[in-house]
Amino acid sequence: MKYICLGYIEPGKFEGMTEDERNAVFDECFEHNDHLRAKGHLVGELALQPPETALTLYWKNGKVATTDGPYAETKEQLGGLSILEARDLNHAIQLVSELPGFKYGLGPIEIRPAADLNEIIKASEQRRRQKTTR
Amino acid sequence: MQAGEARAQLCRGAAFASLAWMPPPAPEQLSGTIETLYRSESGRVLATLVRLLGDLDLAEEAMHEAFAAALESWPQTGIPEKPRPWLISTARFKAIDVMRRRARFDGAQRELAANIEARIKEAPLGVEEMDGEEIEDDRLRLIFTCCHPALPPEGQVALTLREICGLTTEEIARAFLTTPATLAQRIVRAKALIREKAIPYQVPASQELPARLGTVLLVVYLIFNEGYSAETTGAELSREAIRLGRLLLDLLPEPEVMGLVGLMLLQESRRAARISAEGDLILLEQQDRLLWNREQIAEGISLTEKALRSRRFGAYTLQAAIAAVHAGSSSTASTDWRQIALLYDQLLRIQPSPVVELNRAVAVAMCEGPEQGLGLIDDLLAREELADYHLAHSARADLCRRLGRIPEARASYERALALAPQEPERRFLARRLEELKLRPQELK
Repeated sequence: MKYICLGYIEPGKFEGMTEDERNAVFDECFEHNDHLRAKGHLVGELALQPPETALTLYWKNGKVATTDGPYAETKEQLGGLSILEARDLNHAIQLVSELPGFKYGLGPIEIRPAADLNEIIKASEQRRRQKTTR
Repeated sequence: MQAGEARAQLCRGAAFASLAWMPPPAPEQLSGTIETLYRSESGRVLATLVRLLGDLDLAEEAMHEAFAAALESWPQTGIPEKPRPWLISTARFKAIDVMRRRARFDGAQRELAANIEARIKEAPLGVEEMDGEEIEDDRLRLIFTCCHPALPPEGQVALTLREICGLTTEEIARAFLTTPATLAQRIVRAKALIREKAIPYQVPASQELPARLGTVLLVVYLIFNEGYSAETTGAELSREAIRLGRLLLDLLPEPEVMGLVGLMLLQESRRAARISAEGDLILLEQQDRLLWNREQIAEGISLTEKALRSRRFGAYTLQAAIAAVHAGSSSTASTDWRQIALLYDQLLRIQPSPVVELNRAVAVAMCEGPEQGLGLIDDLLAREELADYHLAHSARADLCRRLGRIPEARASYERALALAPQEPERRFLARRLEELKLRPQELK
């Protein structure tokens, strides 16, 4: 089963480190990720640029509206996400607990099970087929 | 969560799902075989690894890695003749890798890593030659750890189902009608307690055994009862509890283990007769006894008799004996209620409880008349311990109804209906109340 892990980071956490410290964290994280990937547990990952680069779009009165910044302002900002393949939720918890970045206290990690949309997609395809044959 | 709300949430996710990166599918057939193997072997493999490594989390991680390694190498090498020793042996080396990797970055882990490595290397090399008995001993050790009295009961139940029965967190959550997040936290907390309190992985010494076995049996019976009362998800949990009971019986053939397995089989034998096609509860009195499972009854009775003969039996065996009297009767009328009342007397002596008293009162009503039974129930209710127990009120209502004391019967059914937690029971009580509305005219 797939679990999406949203990694949050406290602003300034990285900036407060020396270059050596930062590099040590990077090396450990990337090596761990290589290991997880090789074992088939890490099936996707994405890091995000800082929140000030974000732009949020709204649908307002039939038009696109935009604002600067992320949708929700919180102390910790979303820093990246990874997709884990795990046997069950407790296995995912165990995998996340071993992440070096997490152990260094960079910030909390939210685990969300992936939703299975196969049934909904199948039903939708059927509806669309019926429309075109009519 | 309301169904509509859940669907809306899914649909919000759907808009973004196409952006997610999808990995290529795993070779379906082999992964199916490995999944089957996981079901049958993971309990044994994990138990042995826990003994070798002394740590549940590390054992789990190593086991997952061993199964992952199987998925990787078996397509080339084929499935080994004896997959279990292969998995255990592979997992041991994976555990060494895990510890070395942890120690490389985390100095604090270095000593622990060295300890565990030494431990793995000290262990007899021939895991391949481990006989079946040794592996079963490992399972028994792990059962006692999962059911350790220092863990909260809901943690014991969750841990046992996951670590011994091999169920996933999500499957256990579904069976207990709770969310995976809640259940996952119970497991995390229970594991943390095992570590904090340094609960050992071992079968308790003989002087401790009866009390500790009591906790294990209670966990098995809790799992069974959850399955017994739940409407739809129940059958699976009850089957799992019986499977667990049988495993325990193989490992530790104590009379009370026989009694518990006998009791579960005898209760399970009535599953098909207990609930109507519409999902309504059918009382013992009205059950179609031809629907009772004869095979389960025969095995249940034989186990119960064996336990009774040992003369070292306890409360489970006595309850099984009561269930056996019912199972051997062709109708409520021909049931030996006097024998049942006597068995309840014995049960009360070793396990005094108002619920047992209530059951005894019902048996007394059946052999000596509703009046005698009602007297006992009224005394019980006057003591107030069962004031909020719906079955006490519905039993009272039933006796009043049989005595023609309709307004009293109605009041008690109403009280029972207000207290009953489960839907089939509520429907049953509502139906009885409905019937009573017709009664006064009939009586006149």
